[in-house]
Amino acid sequence: MQRPNRPIYLDNQATTPCDPRVLEAMLPWFAERFGNPSSVEHAFGRDAEAAVEEARGFVAALIGAAASEIVFTSGATESNNLAIKGAARFARSVGDSRRRIITVATEHKCVLESMRDLGQEGFAPVFLPVGADGLLDPEALGAALADPTLLVSVMAVNNETGVIQDIPALAAMAHAAGTLFHTDAAQAGGKIPIDVRAWDIDLLSLSGHKIYGPKGVGALFVRRRPRVRLTPLFSGGGQERGLRSGTLPAPLVVGLGEAARLALAECEEDRARITTLRTRLLAALSAAVPGLRVNGAPNARIAGNLNLTFPEATAARLMEAAPDLCVSTGSACSSAAIEPSYVLRAMGLSTEEAGRTLRIGIGRFTSAADVDFAATALAAAHAAALAA
Amino acid sequence: MIYLDANAAEPLRPTARIAMIEALGQVGNPSSVHGPGRAARRILENARESLTANFGARPTDLVFTSGGTEADALALHALSPGLRRVIIGATEHDAVRAAAPEAAILPVDSSGVADLATLEAILAEEGPALVALMLANNETGVLHPIAEAARLCRRFGALLHVDAVQAAGRVAFNFATLGAASLALSSHKVGGPAGAGALLLAPEVAEHFRPLIGGGGQERGRRGGTPALAAIAGFAAAAHEALATPSALGPLRDAAELAARTAGAVVLGADAPRLDNTTTLALPGLKAETQVIALDLAGIAVSAGAACSSGKVAESHVLKAMGAGALAGQAIRVSLPWNASEEDVQRFATAYAEMAARLLRRAA
Repeated sequence: MQRPNRPIYLDNQATTPCDPRVLEAMLPWFAERFGNPSSVEHAFGRDAEAAVEEARGFVAALIGAAASEIVFTSGATESNNLAIKGAARFARSVGDSRRRIITVATEHKCVLESMRDLGQEGFAPVFLPVGADGLLDPEALGAALADPTLLVSVMAVNNETGVIQDIPALAAMAHAAGTLFHTDAAQAGGKIPIDVRAWDIDLLSLSGHKIYGPKGVGALFVRRRPRVRLTPLFSGGGQERGLRSGTLPAPLVVGLGEAARLALAECEEDRARITTLRTRLLAALSAAVPGLRVNGAPNARIAGNLNLTFPEATAARLMEAAPDLCVSTGSACSSAAIEPSYVLRAMGLSTEEAGRTLRIGIGRFTSAADVDFAATALAAAHAAALAA
Repeated sequence: MIYLDANAAEPLRPTARIAMIEALGQVGNPSSVHGPGRAARRILENARESLTANFGARPTDLVFTSGGTEADALALHALSPGLRRVIIGATEHDAVRAAAPEAAILPVDSSGVADLATLEAILAEEGPALVALMLANNETGVLHPIAEAARLCRRFGALLHVDAVQAAGRVAFNFATLGAASLALSSHKVGGPAGAGALLLAPEVAEHFRPLIGGGGQERGRRGGTPALAAIAGFAAAAHEALATPSALGPLRDAAELAARTAGAVVLGADAPRLDNTTTLALPGLKAETQVIALDLAGIAVSAGAACSSGKVAESHVLKAMGAGALAGQAIRVSLPWNASEEDVQRFATAYAEMAARLLRRAA
């Protein structure tokens, strides 16, 4: 097999390349347009403020929200922390006696950690299990909601398996119980249509670098009617209606805005093309590797993700044997520490099975040649492992 | 348009721009183990090493944040577990004031300098405390005697947090020799992009605290979230350039100040050691807002104080703490950017004199 002249990047759930059109939109803000968006006293500041507000409109449009409901943050991790800790701490500060907060075992680490932090502050976090397909059983949520609950947080799309939860149904259950509903949509933006009104949710987190924008910027949707109140993580200059102090990074915000605009405009087109690529990759690989298993609900998953358990070789071994292919064993955050994925464990895979599992993330810039290379390289790596 | 509002945001330095564009071309997540991930990690760690070498800390003792505000908040959060008494300077930035709403306030003298005799008395009486004192004030540029404050704190077993957001790149300091417990930095105040900052920590307080933003274990578990790679690369490049090119803004600032004085201005904080790019100019009887609008129309960008809370021009807590009285609402901040020219200052001088004469005549 011929080696490619560059690494083949199929890890689009860890991060996506910055779209050249996003970079283009950001460039002027790397040069002569450097004002602080809060400096509305002069033209430099007003210029930056106008750009930030335009970007806010694009982000709002991506999820069907109003611009005034968008709070810019440093990324989805901060958005998730702000949503979960902010909602719980605010409720307590106004005398709400409820302490129960509910999430799911397969959430992103920052959601689980926010919940555990709140546990140390006297809240009562509940971590619901998922089925073998990665889906949360609505009945489990219903049972958990029998006790008065402050907040439910369920991710729209899982970062390891691409499984899509039925957010509208889950949100309706939470609201019927008088409970706030938050969703981490970092992996959902641009992958599936999002409509905060139709979904009827209160809080939603987005990330820039998962939708072909820059790292270091994200957003939190905070519903206005009925108004959702949060205690900020930190305060200061009072930017973002006091919910998020600190100078807004105009270039990054502009990048996020452009990425959101493109995500909305090209969601369907991307999805169709990426589905074709995924089908092609899976067909080739399944033919070459009998017993290959796809994890996660077959009918509720995003186009760009394949979470594959190989019958024989470990993921580490496969990655070593295919050095030009950039895939991963799970979430990037903790991937430096090689430990079995808690997401897969929650879906019932054994530690050993989880150790034979790879995450492949196909994205907007993946070509047919890229997936063909991936199939060939992984099949060869698996055959080599078998022979050894 | 002449930009004289560097303390709100410095113009981006070209080296920062180059570093950012390079980082944006890098595909990987610094936490990923494959080639693109490792390349991204290299950019991140090179920035960390460059910043800590320039400011005097070990690479492991730097936590990247989204900016100065988060760095200040993280410092006060990390250093004040339990019920440690907190003392903050009267002229601190809102980021520090909001993070320690119950704090005792250390007064400043009429030139804006923290009263260390009072600090010594409080520490002698109250014992271990957390003290937050900025190196340079964002509105007046006034420098506090930080090395002396650090010595006092050490003597009484107190921890010192230093907000060096406005000082970094403008005056020389070394975190390690300063002897403070922590120090906050911001990218866009050294000529990098907004969206990155850092907290330097002394080795004895560098680990084992609960993060403000928890997540995937990044920054040694002290700050979750994928780091803002391009902004961080730009931050490090800008800081390096700022420290490598000593400021020559003093004479320009003095010229601007002289022209303003001739036109009737009172300079606040003039008796104290100051950043050489900053001056606070009050025109008795004229609202700051009116002056800023007039200068904006004349093509000069200045501000009526901190940029943060946008629009609403509240009376400055900094100038009030200095006992400026009514002048607190009548002062504008002129802060020269790193690339200010003589011509910029001349045009400012002309516009200021014209504005002062016209408004004072109308007020009379």
